[in-house]
Amino acid sequence: MTSSAQTSRASRVLVAVSCVAVLAACGTDEQRPFDQASDGQPAGQIACADGSLTAAGSSAQKNAMDEWVRAYQSACKASTINYQPSGSGAGIEQFVAGTVAFAGTDSSLKDQEVVGATARCKGAPALNLPMVIGPVALAYNLPGVPELVLDAPTIAKVFSGVVTTWDDPAIAALNPQAKLPSSRIQPFVRSDESGTTDNLQKYLKAAAPAQWTFGTGKKFAGPGNQSAPKSDGVTQAVKTTPNAISYVEVSFAENAGLDVARIATGASAPVELTTESAAEAVESATVKGSGNDLALELDYATKDEGAYPIVLVTYEIACQSGNDPASLPLVKSFLAYTASEAGQDQLEGAGYAPLPSSLRKKVEASVQSLS
Amino acid sequence: MSLGSLPPVTTDPASARPGAPDQPVPSLPRTAGRTAERRGDRAFRGLSLSAGLSLLGIILAIAVFLVVKAIPALQDNTASFLTDRVWDPNNAQPAFGIVALAFGTVLSSVLALLMALPVALGVALFISHVAPRRLAGVLGYVIDLLAAVPSVVYGLWGIFFLNDKVVVASAFLHEHAGWFPLFGGDDIFGRSIFLASIVLAIMILPIIASLSREVFLQVPVSQQEAALALGATRWEMIRTAVLPFGKPGVIGATMLGLGRALGETIAVAIVLSPAFVVSLDILSTNSGNTIAANVALGFAEASSTGRGALIASGLVLFAITLVVNVIARAIIYRRREFAGAL
Repeated sequence: MTSSAQTSRASRVLVAVSCVAVLAACGTDEQRPFDQASDGQPAGQIACADGSLTAAGSSAQKNAMDEWVRAYQSACKASTINYQPSGSGAGIEQFVAGTVAFAGTDSSLKDQEVVGATARCKGAPALNLPMVIGPVALAYNLPGVPELVLDAPTIAKVFSGVVTTWDDPAIAALNPQAKLPSSRIQPFVRSDESGTTDNLQKYLKAAAPAQWTFGTGKKFAGPGNQSAPKSDGVTQAVKTTPNAISYVEVSFAENAGLDVARIATGASAPVELTTESAAEAVESATVKGSGNDLALELDYATKDEGAYPIVLVTYEIACQSGNDPASLPLVKSFLAYTASEAGQDQLEGAGYAPLPSSLRKKVEASVQSLS
Repeated sequence: MSLGSLPPVTTDPASARPGAPDQPVPSLPRTAGRTAERRGDRAFRGLSLSAGLSLLGIILAIAVFLVVKAIPALQDNTASFLTDRVWDPNNAQPAFGIVALAFGTVLSSVLALLMALPVALGVALFISHVAPRRLAGVLGYVIDLLAAVPSVVYGLWGIFFLNDKVVVASAFLHEHAGWFPLFGGDDIFGRSIFLASIVLAIMILPIIASLSREVFLQVPVSQQEAALALGATRWEMIRTAVLPFGKPGVIGATMLGLGRALGETIAVAIVLSPAFVVSLDILSTNSGNTIAANVALGFAEASSTGRGALIASGLVLFAITLVVNVIARAIIYRRREFAGAL
């Protein structure tokens, strides 16, 4: 993906607040428009460690990692960090095998994965450290309808072939002002297995249990949709197919100039997808991990004001203790940077939302406890 | 490949092309320079033997690897691997079956072959027997170039350029020939097995054309001249002299093309909207999936069982390819009097 300098549409929604003051600040990733005190040199705050480390896992946080690695390495010249976006499953497998210092994953460790991870950590627990918030946009291609509101039951019906035309009463009821065409909806889903799909299905299952009966998982389970591989594949499909709708990480939708639907959650007004609304949803999540483990239980059915419910949280998996002593200082230093305010703000404009500060502080504390 | 059993056809050295299979290989004098040759022979024999054995070893290693990796996943499978049409191996209760994938793989490849073969033969005959020499040279070069294009390029071209055209063509076929079993089904088109087959056909076209051209060029000129001397037209000459001689070679070329189509991964993954169905409605979106594309799309995010399931599907693809090759060998063996071309 591209930097925010090229994504004027991304700026419009995601970093609208931060861009109002100084537009130029959004063009350079090093700048932090919010916090004037540390503006300009966030990299200078990094407590550097030397050496090299390899990490692997979720491709959903690849762009975030790229940003962070670039910033970290430019500040700490003696360090080399290599993040391989090989997929969550592969990343955890490599972590268990001991070939990577930490893993990135789209969902916290599952029970069957915990066993291997604990063995790798020499009996100590492996920690889930939430690090990146990636909002998932419902992007659509409907000429003449720049504003669209959907709710979970309607989304479930669209992606399971129950609602087939744009002027269906279910959609019309949510959009009394819009001039909806009678054309057929062309829903697109991911043909590869993906954390984004998993997230949408978890949301639908939680927020529309009556309409979404197909279960969850990384493979799309609903019937009869068209599909395309990877985020750029579905984005391109929606862009070139009139009447299409799909779900993609917000940066892809913004970069392609697609319209993004607002979600009626039961709050007083439909929620627009912004960095704030995505962070708000994570704010209301509960920590289900114990001790320094910060695995989150997201409330997908949230009705909180201004909380955008479809967000993907990726975690870094690292050992509480029993880390390789050679790479431990660099792991701690790098993760401390990614969990810092400077690190989180670095991601704005890349399609991610920063961690809410209360959670961010907990992550920082957990990172410091690694040994 | 019994060269010695071929009838000596031509006696005119001017008409013989170098390396033509109808030329009996002169047997080496077995008595002269015996000791000196023995050493060289032994070295050559050893080298070629080890080359041949290494090939067997590689095949065996692949087969063993696939079986060993697939077994744990197959044991965890809660569905029937050979008969069920589901693919959900990453579930806590893994369930996966190969039927839909195997069917889609074979269907798309066979369709690709049906589309590619007539065109490829036409191209090959044009180059070898119809086109002026200079044009033939250029065309031969273009064909070889097409064979070298990476498959991801075909995939991207297929989805960005061809898909729209295929949607229009599919709608037309569905409307006017919907009674035909292949053209029925849902009326959402594009990203279908039909599109995948067309892309595959274009990919295997140069392979079949290139190899067939080589075979047609080796048809003894004397036979062709004989046919012409008996009053045959050019088409009759091709039908009676060129095609029968080239048949085993064309079959071999076809099998190579089919092998590529069966195993093609990324181009299919890009153009296809996969579904785990056994359906002949090739025009519809979600009309099927192939083994190789499914591996490409599922591997990164697979659990260890999921990976085992994908490897098990790879084993099936391996077996399908093996069966196809055995059938091809059998056909060629039956016509071994012409088998010199292979």
